[in-house]
Amino acid sequence: MSWLEIATLAGLGAFHGLNPGMGWLFAVAIGLQERSALAVLRSLVPIAAGHALSVFAVAALVEGLRSVLATRVVAIAGGLVMVGFGLWRALSRRHFTWAGMRLTPWQLTGWSFLMSSVHGAGLMLVPVLVANPPPGVHQDHALHAPSDPSALLWQGLAATTVHTVAMVTVAGVIGLLVYRVLGLEVLRKAWVNLDLVWAVALIGSGAAAVVLTL
Amino acid sequence: MPLWKPDPTFYPSPRQAVSAPAEKLAYVAAFDRSAEQPDAIAVLDVDETSDSYGRVVGWTDLPHRGDELHHFGWNACSSALCPSSPHPHVERRYLIVPGLRSSRIYVLDTKDNPKAPSIVRTIEPAELAKAGYSRPHTVHCGPEGIYVSNLGGADGAEGPGGIALLDHDSFDVLGAWEIDRGPQYFGYDFWWHLTRDVVVTSEWGTPSMIEDGLVGELLLGRKYGHSIHFFDLRKRRHLQTLDLGDQHQMALELRPAHDPTKEYGFVGVVVSVEDLSASVWLWHRDETGDFAVRKVIEIPAEPADAADLPPILQPFGAVPPLVTDIDLSVDDRYLYVSAWGIGKLLQYDVSDPFAPRLTGEVRLGGIVTKAAHPAAPDLALAGGPQMVEVSRDGRRVYITNSLYGAWDDQFYPDGVGAWAARLDVDLDNGGLTPDPRFFPHGDEFRGRRVHQTRLQGGDASSDSYCFP
Repeated sequence: MSWLEIATLAGLGAFHGLNPGMGWLFAVAIGLQERSALAVLRSLVPIAAGHALSVFAVAALVEGLRSVLATRVVAIAGGLVMVGFGLWRALSRRHFTWAGMRLTPWQLTGWSFLMSSVHGAGLMLVPVLVANPPPGVHQDHALHAPSDPSALLWQGLAATTVHTVAMVTVAGVIGLLVYRVLGLEVLRKAWVNLDLVWAVALIGSGAAAVVLTL
Repeated sequence: MPLWKPDPTFYPSPRQAVSAPAEKLAYVAAFDRSAEQPDAIAVLDVDETSDSYGRVVGWTDLPHRGDELHHFGWNACSSALCPSSPHPHVERRYLIVPGLRSSRIYVLDTKDNPKAPSIVRTIEPAELAKAGYSRPHTVHCGPEGIYVSNLGGADGAEGPGGIALLDHDSFDVLGAWEIDRGPQYFGYDFWWHLTRDVVVTSEWGTPSMIEDGLVGELLLGRKYGHSIHFFDLRKRRHLQTLDLGDQHQMALELRPAHDPTKEYGFVGVVVSVEDLSASVWLWHRDETGDFAVRKVIEIPAEPADAADLPPILQPFGAVPPLVTDIDLSVDDRYLYVSAWGIGKLLQYDVSDPFAPRLTGEVRLGGIVTKAAHPAAPDLALAGGPQMVEVSRDGRRVYITNSLYGAWDDQFYPDGVGAWAARLDVDLDNGGLTPDPRFFPHGDEFRGRRVHQTRLQGGDASSDSYCFP
């Protein structure tokens, strides 16, 4: 991975961590319920795990396809899926529903996995994943041929790790800030509709991925 | 179109909701007992600075007759901020208005013209029947959509009553909420401890037990509901039943603490068949982890001359208080208790929920007393304080006087009339005072009776919170 790719993965992680719906808000609620800042941080562990699983599922799929198909094909297909998913997110009025606030760490992992998946968290990484040349292959040839599956899988895992570390760091900082300093009032003022921003981001980067690959 | 910022009427915690601005409009369910005119949502001006303060300033007639509007609620509320399924950019703009007699549910949009809400959807009884229910009663906005409790079964079945789930965008009936309802058969009220994944439900009776009036033999035979039930909110399964004792007939309104770190709440009981008293009970988690319940308030019957009583009460020579509604302020400090039979609204300090302290009372109406309102000292009032609504800041209490068509006729056979009142609360010392400027009554309600009030932006019984 180049520094640019690492920075992009981390940036997307930060963007995901910023979203109250992705986990820090749940962590703050648990912290307030238990009156403990430590509980805020502790609940971010399963939340990060769920997010990582969701992202890795997409990464593994993308890298797996690249081991049998030309990256170019995967990039175009991935881009189209992103645009379609983004349009659905923008136009659909449905939102994630989940009843239940008292969750075991496993259930919280499951919650985070579903939340990240329905928001297309992993999909957003597709352009970075396909831009990344398979190990040992020169950039010029990277788009054209299938390559070694296990190396690709490791690459997907590395991308997931970079992304998730950034995500949970940002979520942890914001969660603690809201818990300790800012207070809940900030929710009423600063909770912009990130669902719309996400939809636009998916459509935009999906379209870019297709156009740049063609 | 979803909002860019959260709906300003959503508050993460009850502590913040207390600082909400004062309401400017109130919506009141108004129904024609004779079913000659359509029922309506009346809109009251509750803005003290307005020239039309205390008057009916808006009106929306419904398209059918004989619905018997009763309770209603909002499509979305502060629970939309709950982190497990946040949807803060949905608007609180639709009133979900069930017809208790017709089983129709209307959806009214209050956004474009708050003083004349428009009907945007009618859910017909056949659609509600998909959930297996009829006689929709209480509406709450919650994590999975809109929850509506029901008294009757579908297609003419008496029961079981239960909760139907509605999509809060499309208002489609999604189905019955319960997966395992346990032994509960009677439906009535429900609410929850959101952060504890606990739903509480209560019992009245089936349609045939209520629609033609209170049935004396059933009451004396202790056949009306007298239990409350606890469900797992997530698994939708019955957890526990608490029987208050079959002498305590009709366990109705449920008011859980708003503070999400607390696990207690109050339930009102209409009448004890042993001494005609009414009571309020406290449920709470005990040391074993199960819920327990105990009586914390008892209001005795008031002796009366049989000649002053309606036929249904003459054999008893006393007026039962008939606690038909209770309401808990958003800060969980004051509990308001309607004693519809004796015409009293009682205020208790429940800072210690196990030991309520009476801090104020107002007499209006009543079967024998017929106490007048200060705005019209010569007008004997029928009915009594019935549905109670408390403003989010806890400073104003609104009451309306009709209970339920057929029951009004039994306890107030000379006519229950129609009136609403506002009482001002002394927050520091307790105490209630009727506002002499606020007394819409009689013809202002165009021949309808008035049942429940909802305040614009939310009130003490509309919103639940996930953050302490």
